Amino acid sequence: MLILGISLVLILIGLYAIITKRNMIKVAVGFALMEYAVNFLFAIIGFHKVPGMKIIPPILMEVKTTANVLSSYSDPVPQALVLTSIVIGLGVTAFMLSLALRIYNRIGSFDLDEIKRLKG
Amino acid sequence: MPELIILLLFMVAAGIVAVEIKDLLASVIALGAVGFTVAIGFIVLQAPDLAIVQIVIEILAVVFFVAVILKTTHVDSTIGRPYKGADIFTFIIFGVFALAFLYVGVRFLLINSSAGFEIAQHYIKHGLTETGAVNRVAAVILDYRALDTLGEATVLFTAVIGVLAVLRLEGRKK
Amino acid sequence: MSGMTPIVKVIARTVAGFIFVYGCYIILYGHLSPGGGFAGGAIVAAGLILSRLAFGTSAAQERSTSISSSIFESSGGILFLLVAVLGLVIFAQGAGFFFKNLFPEFGKGGTLVSAGSIPLSNIAIGIKVGAAMLSIFVVLASTKYIFKE
Repeated sequence: MLILGISLVLILIGLYAIITKRNMIKVAVGFALMEYAVNFLFAIIGFHKVPGMKIIPPILMEVKTTANVLSSYSDPVPQALVLTSIVIGLGVTAFMLSLALRIYNRIGSFDLDEIKRLKG
Repeated sequence: MPELIILLLFMVAAGIVAVEIKDLLASVIALGAVGFTVAIGFIVLQAPDLAIVQIVIEILAVVFFVAVILKTTHVDSTIGRPYKGADIFTFIIFGVFALAFLYVGVRFLLINSSAGFEIAQHYIKHGLTETGAVNRVAAVILDYRALDTLGEATVLFTAVIGVLAVLRLEGRKK
Repeated sequence: MSGMTPIVKVIARTVAGFIFVYGCYIILYGHLSPGGGFAGGAIVAAGLILSRLAFGTSAAQERSTSISSSIFESSGGILFLLVAVLGLVIFAQGAGFFFKNLFPEFGKGGTLVSAGSIPLSNIAIGIKVGAAMLSIFVVLASTKYIFKE
């Protein structure tokens, strides 16, 4: 429960950067932070630790015949979702960076207030 | 799991540094520290696929950020500016909503985690006979849920086209 | 952009090929070990980016790399769709569906030639992701594209 709480704190740091920062690179950094935190939260949810049991990755030839398989292996479904989400996150970050580069080329600053003041 | 708590505390510290520091290059390096710690955390959480992808993608992300910062400026001129009331208000509203939704969702998952998750158990038990793949994550992303992967490929394609369209040559109007 | 110092060039010349081969290994063994198309494609792109950063490129090279990586990315996407449509077409009427695995029983489980169409999809995804990362890098790091004097 403490682990989930600390990852929520990381999500809130990213949200804070996105909303209150006035620099475009800082906003992109906030997006990346929030994305990492959400991915990590997914991986934590797919990890069903039972005391006394050892968890191994879901790469195996034959399965141990236990009643609850997820107490011996980590859950493959959140891992598969996060795997695609990481790559999408890099694409989105690159798109934000290209927009920032373009705007810097036009007005010579990363400042969002400056852009708002120019208006057209 | 104490090692996971240590990793998460380091991530929080590096995240605060990445958000608040004045030098943009240092901010990006702190972001890279967060990403590599996430990769170590994936190894602790027994997800080696995610660890490999996270390490490589983090390297590429830092390279992209540095490529942009080297061509422009590395000083954050907006630091120390007083906060606007509207921004703080928006942050509090969004934060409260995010926390509420996450609390409800995570509590639901924790209640149902011991008995439920029959789909994942089916994937682990019968994945080898149904798809022939030893790695169950590959079986999920390329056989059971391949449509998700197709959507991901479409999003990546769109992002690349967006980057190429935004940064294309200027003198192509004629 | 111009190249870096001779130390970096020697190291990059030694390491880049190994990184490329490792990426291909990760792609091909994606259904047997951790990794797969996403990780392997990104590793291949990282090797190419390392050699480009170390040795430097000219504007003409940047343009040709941009065009060829766009072609590779589109062909990777088309290959992935082709694997999906084969699952729809190759089977008898009503037995196939979109993204149906082709002959998962073919080959022994745990060997390289097994798991039906999953290795083919891995190769397609690897080509696509690698070319996407490379083209993003070329456009972001090139000098001629945006700062036109």
